[in-house]
Amino acid sequence: MSEAVLLIGTKKGLWTARSDAARQRWTLDGPDFEMQGVYAVGIDTRGDQPRLFVGGTSEHWGPAVFHSDDLGKTWAEPPEGSIGFPEGADASLERVWQIQPAPAGQPGVVYAGTQPSALWKSTDGGVTFELVKGLWDHPHRKEWGAGFGGQAVHTVLPHPTDPDRMSVAMSTGGVYRTADGGQSWEPANQGIQAKFFPDPYPEFGQCVHKLAAHPDVPERMFAQNHHGVYRTDDGGTTWKSIADGLPSDFGFPIVVHPHEPETVYVFPLVADANRIPTDAKCRVYRSRDAGSTWEALTSGLPEMSYVPVLRDAMTSDTADPAGVYVGTRDGCVYASADAGDTWVEVARHLPDILTVRAAVV
Amino acid sequence: MVAVRLPTVLRPFAGGAERVEVEATTVAEAFAALDPPLRRRLTDEQGAVRRHVNIYLGNDNIRDLAGLSTPLADGDELLVLPSVAGG
Repeated sequence: MSEAVLLIGTKKGLWTARSDAARQRWTLDGPDFEMQGVYAVGIDTRGDQPRLFVGGTSEHWGPAVFHSDDLGKTWAEPPEGSIGFPEGADASLERVWQIQPAPAGQPGVVYAGTQPSALWKSTDGGVTFELVKGLWDHPHRKEWGAGFGGQAVHTVLPHPTDPDRMSVAMSTGGVYRTADGGQSWEPANQGIQAKFFPDPYPEFGQCVHKLAAHPDVPERMFAQNHHGVYRTDDGGTTWKSIADGLPSDFGFPIVVHPHEPETVYVFPLVADANRIPTDAKCRVYRSRDAGSTWEALTSGLPEMSYVPVLRDAMTSDTADPAGVYVGTRDGCVYASADAGDTWVEVARHLPDILTVRAAVV
Repeated sequence: MVAVRLPTVLRPFAGGAERVEVEATTVAEAFAALDPPLRRRLTDEQGAVRRHVNIYLGNDNIRDLAGLSTPLADGDELLVLPSVAGG
């Protein structure tokens, strides 16, 4: 019988929620990786058995990536560690922000995005990662800045069928894409505003908070920016605002429905200078027409809320009907098993939720 | 031999031991002799002591001595302590 697993990365460790495929009643295990900021979790469902990932950072003892082949009962890392800059590089790893298994056509390939801003590729299923030098050596790198959360590649979006193509997003820096397997990268930010610069439409330097795409329509991507919600229909060459109809264009996460390429979710906050939910209500906004119109989803979510949702704390599973999950900075996690129409509480009073990932396995 | 004394939280990386003995004439040599999973908690991949890790030789933080080059004599003991940091 299939089981739903929900990895919840928090400021002080990992919790794992489990349910049957109905995803209505959840049990909670944890914490594991106590006192580590778990900024990245991943679920690789391509193999015979699912592999889970955790990217944790101890303020004292540094960052590390662990994997589990028994749904989180035990975790492992190679003795020399999974990930680290080559000896002599002018950097050391501070934090892993993203662990992204590649599409099914690239077995064993797993990508990671880190702080400082770097992309990493694993070809052994995520046990060890190598620095993608093409992005690291990019002439723009010295001009990429740090947002409040640090300077990081926080989103890795591999093309669903072409292993040479991929997009990444970083704060700050914006969106970059490659068409030659990561050797060369170009910024892809035309139309995305950067209000914190004298020229609000620079070639790069934007503070893109999250990027998402549906595998059936890879040329269309969605971006939640540091002010601005955008869509591209040409693989990132040009971006257009889809923020009309939202109560605010500020926020952190953006998620695409696993089966409906036109359906997208955001969690609006008032503004850069006032990072609380609009109208002080916990509401996920959904568009079913690729951003032309938006509706507030409220059923089962708290009436009053002053807490934001961070960039990676919203996700979907790939089940049918689709599950959508959201975690808040006051340690609550809500799950919807009907694509956002209704929500149930999975957890409360955990530390700040940094990231969630879910799968029915 | 020199000894490296570990806080509770790091002992799982030393098979549960509070104290690890290694052959070394400097702090760098002592760290190099540690098992990699333990060493990686003390130093980053470029070999630098992590910012919020303090290493004491007697009452002196090695940062106030010669850092990783601090010489060690037979019987010396290094004490690893996490700094007061984090949230």
